[in-house]
Amino acid sequence: MKTAKTLAASLVSAAILSTFTTATFAADVPAGVKLAPVQELVRGNGTEPASLDPHKTEGVPESNVIRELLEGLVNQDGDGNLVPGVAESWETKDNKTFVFHLRKDAKWSNGDALTAHDFEYSFKRAVDPKTAAPYSWYLEMTTMVNAAEIIDGKKPASELAVTALDDYTLEIKLEQALPYFVAMTSHTTLKPVHRATVEKFGDKWTLPANFVGNGAYKVSEWVVNEKIVMARNDNYWDNDSTVINKVTYLPIENQVTDMNRFLAGEIDMTYEMANEHFKRMQKEQPDSLKVTPYLCSYYYGFNNKKAPFDDVRVRKALSYAIDRDAVAKFIVGKGELPAYNFAHQKVAGLQVDTPDYATWTQKERNAKAAALLAELGYGKDKPLEFTLLYNTSENHKKIAIAVASMWKKTLGVKVNLENQEWKTFLDNRRNGNYDVTRAGWCGDYNEASTFLSLMQSNNGNNDQFYNSPAYDGFMNGAMAAVDDAVRSDNYRQAEAQLAQDMPLAPIYHYVNARLVKPTVGGYPMNNAEDKIYTKDLYIIAK
Amino acid sequence: MIKFILKRMLEAIPTLLVLITITFFMMRFAPGSPFSGERSLPPEVLANIEAKYGLDKPVLEQYFSYLGSLAQGDLGPSFKYKDYTVNELVAQALPVSAKIGSIAFIFTVLMGVSVGTLAALKQNTWMDFSIMSTAMAGVVMPSFVLAPTLVYIFAIKLQWLPAGGWNGGQLQYIILPMLGMSLLYVASFARIMRGSMIEVLSSNFIRTAKAKGLPYRHIILRHALRPALLPVVSYMGPAFVGIITGSVVIETIFGLPGFGKLFVNGALNRDYSLVLGLTILIGSFTIIFNAIVDILYAFIDPKIRY
Repeated sequence: MKTAKTLAASLVSAAILSTFTTATFAADVPAGVKLAPVQELVRGNGTEPASLDPHKTEGVPESNVIRELLEGLVNQDGDGNLVPGVAESWETKDNKTFVFHLRKDAKWSNGDALTAHDFEYSFKRAVDPKTAAPYSWYLEMTTMVNAAEIIDGKKPASELAVTALDDYTLEIKLEQALPYFVAMTSHTTLKPVHRATVEKFGDKWTLPANFVGNGAYKVSEWVVNEKIVMARNDNYWDNDSTVINKVTYLPIENQVTDMNRFLAGEIDMTYEMANEHFKRMQKEQPDSLKVTPYLCSYYYGFNNKKAPFDDVRVRKALSYAIDRDAVAKFIVGKGELPAYNFAHQKVAGLQVDTPDYATWTQKERNAKAAALLAELGYGKDKPLEFTLLYNTSENHKKIAIAVASMWKKTLGVKVNLENQEWKTFLDNRRNGNYDVTRAGWCGDYNEASTFLSLMQSNNGNNDQFYNSPAYDGFMNGAMAAVDDAVRSDNYRQAEAQLAQDMPLAPIYHYVNARLVKPTVGGYPMNNAEDKIYTKDLYIIAK
Repeated sequence: MIKFILKRMLEAIPTLLVLITITFFMMRFAPGSPFSGERSLPPEVLANIEAKYGLDKPVLEQYFSYLGSLAQGDLGPSFKYKDYTVNELVAQALPVSAKIGSIAFIFTVLMGVSVGTLAALKQNTWMDFSIMSTAMAGVVMPSFVLAPTLVYIFAIKLQWLPAGGWNGGQLQYIILPMLGMSLLYVASFARIMRGSMIEVLSSNFIRTAKAKGLPYRHIILRHALRPALLPVVSYMGPAFVGIITGSVVIETIFGLPGFGKLFVNGALNRDYSLVLGLTILIGSFTIIFNAIVDILYAFIDPKIRY
């Protein structure tokens, strides 16, 4: 928890400080480290990016690539702290109006000067219905003035309250005080795009022949489903600190292929690690295996509007009977953290009370669970029967089998397991065609609301159909709070409300495990959003 | 002969149209949409995206407008890969699949036929037994087991060949995926060839040829090979289709930027236009290839022609 608090403190202070300047960034090569003559990095990146246009993407693989190519107002360092990006400093008096001072040496890869007008154009493009940005709602979440109306087609994009006061001063106005707004600006959707290039080439502006960006790298080759190669951008303002000359992203979907290609020496960094190979890699590649916290939660959601899950006792009984330690340790087993709260415990600014059931032994939880179901008349003669829905994957299947057998053993519950292909699964979950469903949620930014807003009754992603005026009240309180302590207290109460109502059963909080060659220096071990900037890395001589 | 070929080609058009229609509607009726994800989009955002891709229009209207563009050779924009049109994606993937597919296919046929012939000629010797037991193992080994085994031996342990990638189709990148694709079919071809050759060798005209004192090589190459190839040729159609569809697995394992991977991702992402485009293309290939096999067959066996 200590780390989380430190992180929180630094994030919040970064956002609130009237003026904030500089910290260490870019590759920080320790004295005495001998660099390899060839500075090139190859990374596994999960899947083929849907686009390299920050206003057309929503996934992690896309964000990874775009982070190299485009730089927003702020970046993160290896510990997840905010560090200046294009903005050298920023200020706010009321957490509603933010003024960013941009560095004067920032340039586009074609040599054009990068100005506040570029950001104004880009943010307006992101909310413009014509752009059809899937993440346009992210700007709505920042509460930028008029964002919601523009997305809804009720106002023109030009009305967005983002103004270039001059070439190097950008002003952004929000509807609500949002102290963590600056942290939110490191998101992919808020990266700038080069207006002339976008207007000239339309959808094709991201192709290597046309691409103009402002990041440390620029696209030099792109073969769909094979690779994206990026070369150093000599016009990047901090190019002198960049060590790695070339970075290649490979869209390798199969985790075993990813691992094999690492073992064959073809890639330097995998995307993630298959659970079933983790223990072997721990033994065979201890120097390469890196495990870091990752802001995602794994949980089982109950269909709160469907009987018998509309009864809190059923939800509590099922939640209590899940042996989280066993799931985290023996089934996923990469160092995942057993979870009793929804928001990831490493999220900034979150201080939760440990719920009562977290302090009980599993035996006590099982006894309590059995008693709750007995109250409702469920037992050996009349077993509770339902379907557990999950999307097709080995990992989800193993967890589902384990949890179903825990339920069967301790509660005599009869569970039918049903796996569905991803999109079919999403469709059914969204429409409430399920009893209990597997779910996962990852934070868009490092602040509790990225998780907790999900359970608000009006949230489009509240697939559990949880509707609690008390919870909504705490969340509205948190949003309206000007004081950090008040906001934090509201989050604490919101989490307590979840533990009391149990609309979902938290199971574990993620870690990110991947293989990284020991020759890769500067790998961030404490960035919970897994934001890795190749410009901060370097290759050590063998 | 030309009439025969033309007739086969014309027959393909209605078949393709049926294929397009079925695929089009099956995709539309599959649950989920190209734009559904872990995070559901607010309705107004979704409406903006659907309007951009014309999905807000009635399905029938979408169908006819698709056929209209198709007639002009336009396969439409990809719904998933937003920086590309389907034509561009196909243009990138086609050479990869064509190269690996044709090399694998040629290798399969040549290997299968020669190994099968060898086994037939050395019938019931140790050579026959070892070839046939290897072939049997090849037939039962699925490519998703075979390919990782090849990777483990040749890429990870011996480090002779790369574990994946394409790099413009250099030879060392082709060998393992080609073996992964073809070994199963080499085995099948070998078994078919062996059986058919043994049968031909015991027929009367071969006995006559032997009695006339013709050289053995001459008998095999001039008289026995052609009739013995007939069942092999008829198996070429299904084998070709099998290699093409099997490329889905191989391309995923080796990370090759070909059709197979595009097709699977297209279906999983509900990328309507991409799946349709690829279905049309693969469908056309299958039809054309089956036609070629029929023509070949007609060439080898005059009975078919008349």
